[in-house]
Amino acid sequence: MDLLGSALAVSAIIFSLGVAGVLLRRNAIIVFMSIELMLNAVNLSFIALAQQLGPEGQVFVLFVMAVAAAEAVVGLAIIIAIYRHKQTVNLDKINLLSG
Amino acid sequence: MLVFNFWFFSGLAIISALLCITRRSPVVSAMWLVVTMFSIAALYIILGAQFIGAIQVLVYAGAIMVLFLFVIMLLNLGRDEPTDLPGWWGHAITFGIGTLLIVELWAVTRIVPAGEVRLPAGTMDRVMEQEGVVGAISSTLFRDFLVPFEITSVLLLAAVVGAVVLAKRRI
Amino acid sequence: MPTSVGWVWLVVVLPFLGFLANGLISLVKPQAKSAVSFIGVGVLVAAFAVAVAVVAGLSQDQQGAPYVLTYWSWMTVGGLEIAAALQVDQLSAVMLIVVTGVSALIHVFSVGYMRDDPGYPRYFAFLNLFVFFMVLLVLGASFPVMFVGWEGVGLCSYLLIGFWYLDKVNADAGKKAFLMNRIGDFGFLIAMFLIFQATGSLAFTEVFEAAPEAFTINGEIITLITWALLRGGAGKSAQIPLYTWLPDAMAGPTPVSALIHAATMVTAGVYLVARSNILFAMAPVSSVVVATVGAVTALFAATIALKQWDIKKVLAYSTVSQLGYMFLGVGVGAYAGGIFHLVTHAFFKALLFLGSGSVIFALHRAYHATHSHDDAQDMRNMGGMRKFMPWTFAVMWVATFAIAGIPGLSGFFSKDGILAVAFARGHDHPVFYLLWLMGVIAALLTAFYMTRLMLYTFHGPSRTGEGEQRHLAEAPWVMTGPLVVLALGSIFAGVLNLPHVLPNPGWLEHWLEPVTELSHRYWNEVHLAASTEWLLMAVATAIAVAGMAGAVIMLKPEKLKAAKEAPAETGIQKVLLKKWYVDEIYDALIVRPTVWMSRNVLWKFFDAGVIDGAMVNGSAWTARAVGFVGSAVQTGRLAWYLLVFVIGTLVLLRAVM
Repeated sequence: MDLLGSALAVSAIIFSLGVAGVLLRRNAIIVFMSIELMLNAVNLSFIALAQQLGPEGQVFVLFVMAVAAAEAVVGLAIIIAIYRHKQTVNLDKINLLSG
Repeated sequence: MLVFNFWFFSGLAIISALLCITRRSPVVSAMWLVVTMFSIAALYIILGAQFIGAIQVLVYAGAIMVLFLFVIMLLNLGRDEPTDLPGWWGHAITFGIGTLLIVELWAVTRIVPAGEVRLPAGTMDRVMEQEGVVGAISSTLFRDFLVPFEITSVLLLAAVVGAVVLAKRRI
Repeated sequence: MPTSVGWVWLVVVLPFLGFLANGLISLVKPQAKSAVSFIGVGVLVAAFAVAVAVVAGLSQDQQGAPYVLTYWSWMTVGGLEIAAALQVDQLSAVMLIVVTGVSALIHVFSVGYMRDDPGYPRYFAFLNLFVFFMVLLVLGASFPVMFVGWEGVGLCSYLLIGFWYLDKVNADAGKKAFLMNRIGDFGFLIAMFLIFQATGSLAFTEVFEAAPEAFTINGEIITLITWALLRGGAGKSAQIPLYTWLPDAMAGPTPVSALIHAATMVTAGVYLVARSNILFAMAPVSSVVVATVGAVTALFAATIALKQWDIKKVLAYSTVSQLGYMFLGVGVGAYAGGIFHLVTHAFFKALLFLGSGSVIFALHRAYHATHSHDDAQDMRNMGGMRKFMPWTFAVMWVATFAIAGIPGLSGFFSKDGILAVAFARGHDHPVFYLLWLMGVIAALLTAFYMTRLMLYTFHGPSRTGEGEQRHLAEAPWVMTGPLVVLALGSIFAGVLNLPHVLPNPGWLEHWLEPVTELSHRYWNEVHLAASTEWLLMAVATAIAVAGMAGAVIMLKPEKLKAAKEAPAETGIQKVLLKKWYVDEIYDALIVRPTVWMSRNVLWKFFDAGVIDGAMVNGSAWTARAVGFVGSAVQTGRLAWYLLVFVIGTLVLLRAVM
């Protein structure tokens, strides 16, 4: 029973959905959720490969989760700060970068 | 049965992820994302990573998603707003790019590694039998990856401080 | 090695010390003229004394091998090793005596000639420096060391031609000399590269030892080397086509003309050919070219000298012509003959220049006293000078007899020696008969223009003007003294190398044997029957007498008008006066196209257009254009950045696969 290929394919699909979400949505929160989707997709491929390459893959997933948690905390804090400033979370309206 | 379960949860994860990125309301999206997280946790368990599956439920479905919902509530984004979804051409571009990405990623998985990196069949099962599900991870984590593990604590501390600084009105 | 040969470094160092001392004085205390005279002349006299001692030591030596005195390693680059070394052998000994001896005399003369010049210390500093470089040129034991001297004398020549640099004409003449010499030096450099490539060395002894194996006779490499050397020599020795700088070089003080542009520096080319005699002997074609260049130059310059009015210009073209004789000599394999003519020429041409300097000095003083602005060098303003300057008059005639080739004087023997060998080579190839004929005609012209110079300067009525005549007087003894010494040399230097039909012949030839014997086996033995030799001497005598007599009969100094009233020349006379328009031709063929090319192509098109426009401004414009286009990408919209980022990721993934 070898689910590696299938698991990687599912991982690729979810990752692509995450990318599509980032491209599709303008709502910063949903963009952020899409990023979480991508991280989960990568984690899934790690777990699938760990089956055959040893437990290091699973350890890595732990690290990714820690980083994702930290990133979510900081990212959401930034969104709150921006919302407080602009009264919106729409990325098209957050245009501080365009001179 | 295992294969059926795998495909069932895979389909659930994919469909809920698709719904997550297409629903107008952030709250609905977040709920679908929770479903995706649970499905992926199930996939972890099916793939022999029971401990990670549990952590997935605790950290993602539990902590991170609650944080998301909390922020959504805090910012009061649940009510009806003009959609942030683009027109049909935006969907087309996204669909094209997404499809291309799937194809490329799938092609990448087809790449044969230069040497034989795969463990002998049944190695993981034997290790899990000897050390237990958590023991297999912990012996690696606390022996080979001790320094990165400790550094992670610094990262989390920095994240906590950063979040406080960013979200606070006046310091 | 004889002890005294080891002192040779003093000959090099002494003039340099003189240069340093005089240079310091010229910067610190320019009015200290007596100190300058003492140092400037003193170091030269001392150097001459040491040189005599060195040569005396060398003459007692029985081995005859060249002494190479290595002082330190100058440079070592890969296989190239150049030592700072001096070479004392028979050839450099002859040159050493001539250079230091004539230099010392001319330094003494300069004390009188330049005494009122504000640049007196500077003049002696340069003159000392020149002697230093000239001695280095003569004594250098390798091509590079010689080249240092070679370049150094070129520098001093430039400095001294433009000595009165406030007049643009003088500065231009200096520049012209410098540039012409550079054209020749380029050949010298090429020759050095080729020699090093072929023999792996640049030291004279090693190169000449290796030459028979390294080169094939009449091969391409050796021919190329000798052509390049000839080019270098032609630049320095003012041969066709690079001779035009020498007449202009007369812009410098007259003792400088005597020393640098008659007696010493300009003979460096002859010395170079004689030094490299084995190389030229192995390339017969090049030797013929050398001889032809020499003969043509001798004849060509002599024709120009016929019609010049500037007394120094006559002597300048005469120098070019006589240098042509020397080239003819070394070109036909008469290396000793060429050097012999070099020696005798150093005496009588230095004498002629100093004598003319003495005349100019007197005339200049006269004009100065009456505040006249007439040309003190124009022969039409002279005439009848024998009344005022008897000593100068007498020694100038001696030199004229010598250069014209009156039997018994030095010039007769040296010139006859060269022409005799050229005639004898006619057996090998008839072209040498033609060269001989050209030499003979040039000798006829030489006798003619020299007599013309004497007639117009010293004979006939004075055209100097009533007021000025009262101020004309003989030069002081410090100037006439060297003249007398040089006159003695002009008379008796001939005994150095008497023809074979006379008793005790060929002393110089024998003396130079160790140097010239390298090339002996590449030349056929020169054979002239005694009767032929007598006949040639008779022809030479007849030619000289004919030339002088022709001048006396044809020229009427009484009818000559002063420069201000003289009518314009016409026809062939004008062509000769204008020096065959060679300067104008060079100007039209080389200078103006170069200037045009520099201005329109190199400057306006290449520098301003390509470098400034396309490269400097172009790169700035490109950067701005790229920035302009690139700034359009920076919309500031996150969605756009994300899209570009994802596309970039896709492209990278594609590249990974």
